[in-house]
Amino acid sequence: MEKTVNQKAWFLILPVLILVAFSAVIPLMTVVNYSVQDTFGQNEFFWVGLEWFAEMLDSDRMWDALGRQLMFSAIILAIQIPLGVFVALNMPKRGFWSSFCLVVMSLPLLIPWNVVGTIWQIFGRVDIGLLGYTLDALGISYNYTQDTFAAWATIIIMDVWHWTSLVALLAFAGLKSIPDAYYQAAKIDQASRWAIFRYIELPKMMGVLMIAILLRFMDSFMIYTEPFVVTGGGPGNATTLLSIDLVKMALGQFDLGPAAAFSIMYYLVILLISYVFYTVMTTVEKNEG
Amino acid sequence: MAEITLDNLAHSYSPNPKGEEDFALKELNHVWSDGEAYALLGASGCGKSTLLNIISGLLHPSQGRILFDGKDVTEASTADRNIAQVFQFPVVYDTMTVRANLAFPLKNRGADPKYIAERVQQIGAMIGMEAELDKRARGLTADAKQKISLGRGMVREDVNALLFDEPLTVIDPHMKWELRTQLKSLHHDFGHTMIYVTHDQTEALTFADKVVVMYDGRVVQIGTPQELFDTPQHTFVGYFIGSPGMNVIPAAVIGKTAVVHGTEIALTHRHDVLEGKIELGVRPEFVTLTDGPGLPVKVRRVEDVGRHKIVRAELFGSPINILADEDQPITPDMTNITFDPARVNVYVNDWLKHGKAA
Repeated sequence: MEKTVNQKAWFLILPVLILVAFSAVIPLMTVVNYSVQDTFGQNEFFWVGLEWFAEMLDSDRMWDALGRQLMFSAIILAIQIPLGVFVALNMPKRGFWSSFCLVVMSLPLLIPWNVVGTIWQIFGRVDIGLLGYTLDALGISYNYTQDTFAAWATIIIMDVWHWTSLVALLAFAGLKSIPDAYYQAAKIDQASRWAIFRYIELPKMMGVLMIAILLRFMDSFMIYTEPFVVTGGGPGNATTLLSIDLVKMALGQFDLGPAAAFSIMYYLVILLISYVFYTVMTTVEKNEG
Repeated sequence: MAEITLDNLAHSYSPNPKGEEDFALKELNHVWSDGEAYALLGASGCGKSTLLNIISGLLHPSQGRILFDGKDVTEASTADRNIAQVFQFPVVYDTMTVRANLAFPLKNRGADPKYIAERVQQIGAMIGMEAELDKRARGLTADAKQKISLGRGMVREDVNALLFDEPLTVIDPHMKWELRTQLKSLHHDFGHTMIYVTHDQTEALTFADKVVVMYDGRVVQIGTPQELFDTPQHTFVGYFIGSPGMNVIPAAVIGKTAVVHGTEIALTHRHDVLEGKIELGVRPEFVTLTDGPGLPVKVRRVEDVGRHKIVRAELFGSPINILADEDQPITPDMTNITFDPARVNVYVNDWLKHGKAA
C-alpha cells in the first residue's frame, strides 16, 4: 500500500517544541554555556573548555558534599522504606479509621517545604523550642547549631517526619490491592505472619515500593529547602548537602563557571544513580518472578 | 476426614440483624456424612460461599455451632480445623517455584522433608505439572495457577475436609473435565469429605454423591441428582436443575384434578384443599406437543440442539418449554400439550406438596 506523505504534520508538534525549548533546553544550554566559559564582569566571556569540570573534580569541597549527600540519602532510605511499610501493614484496612489514618498521614505531605524547615528549626531550639528545651531540661546535650550529630539527627528526623507518609501511602495502596483470598489461603496453609509478609505482601508491594524508593532517592538527593532553613548547612559544613553547596557557590560567591560545571555533574550523577537503581530493581523483580 | 455437623447455624453480615432478610445464610441444620462428596449448588449470592467459609473457619457464624466428629469447633481457628480449601481465583505464592508452592502447607505444619519431597512429586503428577515443578509460579497461565491451588489443597492427606469454592471457573473446558475426573478419583481413593461449591449444574451433578441446592440463603433440597430431577422440593430446584428447567404453571387443584385456565388435568395423587399460591411443576421432558386434545399453546420457536428439539411456546401468555424427540416432526397443527400425569408435581407457595395415593 502506498503511504501518504504529509510533512506538514511536523507543524503540529511545533508548539511542544517551542514550549520544551523555552522551559528546558534553553536554560540548560545557558548552564552548559557558563560551564565552559569564564568572566570577569561586564558581560565579557572567555572560553575555558573543560577547566571548570577539572577543577570541580579536583576539589575536596565537592567530594565532601557528595559524600554527605550520599550518606543523607542512604540513611533516610534505610529508615523511611521499612518504617513506611511497617506503618502501612499496621493501618486499619477499611472503615472510618482507615480514612482517618490516610488523612492524618497526608498532612505532612501538604506542608510547604520551607514551612517544614521553620517548624523544625523552632521545635529544636534550645531556648524556645519544645523539643530542644525538653532535651536540654532532661540534661541531654542537644544543640543543632553547634553539634554535628544533633544537626544531622534533626534534619534526618525532619525528613522522616515529612516523607515517611509517602512511602506508607504507596505501600498501603499496594497492600489494598491484594485480594482477600490470598490471606484466606495463607490461613488455610497455616502460614506464619512472617511467611505472609515474605510471600504474599512483599511480592505484591514490590512494584510500588520500587517507585517509592526511586522517588525518595531523587527527592532526598536534591533536597535543599528544609535543611537550609534549619541549619543553613552548618555547623561549619557539616550539613552542607550538594544543592546547598551549589547555591552557595552560584549565588553566594557568584562563581558561575564552577557552579555550572557542578550542576551539570550533579544532574548526571542523579541520572546515573537513578538508572542504576531502576536497573537493579527491575532485575531483582524479574528474578523474583 | 470427619463428619461435619451444622447445628442451628445462621449468618448475617450486618452486626445486628433485624429480620430474616438480613441473614445471608438462614438457619440451617445439617450433617455432612464422613467421606461423602457434596456439591453446593445455587445462583450467585445465595450464600454458598458464606456457608463454605463458615465451615472452614474463615468466617464466624452469627449463631449456631459447627461440630467435626461431634467435637465443637465453632471457636477453633482455620488451622486447628485442619481443612483444605481451594478458591475461585488462583491463589499462588508468586515468588515461589511450583514445587515450593505445593510443599508450603506441609512445610508450615512441620512435616518430614523426605515425605514432603515424595508427596509433592506425587501431587505434581496428579495435576499434570511434573515438568514445571521447578518453574516459578509467576508467569504461568491462570489454568496452571489454579492447578497449583488445587494441588496445594490436595497435598495434605490428613485433612478433615476438602472445600472447593467454584475452583474450575477459570479453567478451560477440556481441562475442567479432566480435573473434575481427577477430583472424583481422588475422592474415591482417599475418601475425604468433600464440599464443592458451584453454580454449574453439570459440574454439581457429575461431581457429587449428593447435591445441596441453595436458594436465597436457604438449603432447599439435598439429594442425589436423580431425586433433584424427579422430585424437586422447591420450584427453584426444578427451575435451576435441568436444561431447560421445569415449567411452573399456576393452577387450581381440587382432589385429583388440576385446573389450568379452565382446562382439567388429571393427577395421580389426591390433594386436600390447598391454600396459597398453587402451581404445577412439569419438566419439559414430560410435556408432549400434540394435535389431539390438551392445553392450547402458541409455538414460538423450535431449537434443534442435536439430541432433541426444544420447543419454546406460550401457554396463556407465559412461556413454556417442551422437549421433543429429535426425529419427531413438529407440524403447524400441533397446538395442544399434554403432561405425563405421574410427572406432574404440585407446589404450594413454591414448596412441593405430596398428595395422597388414590
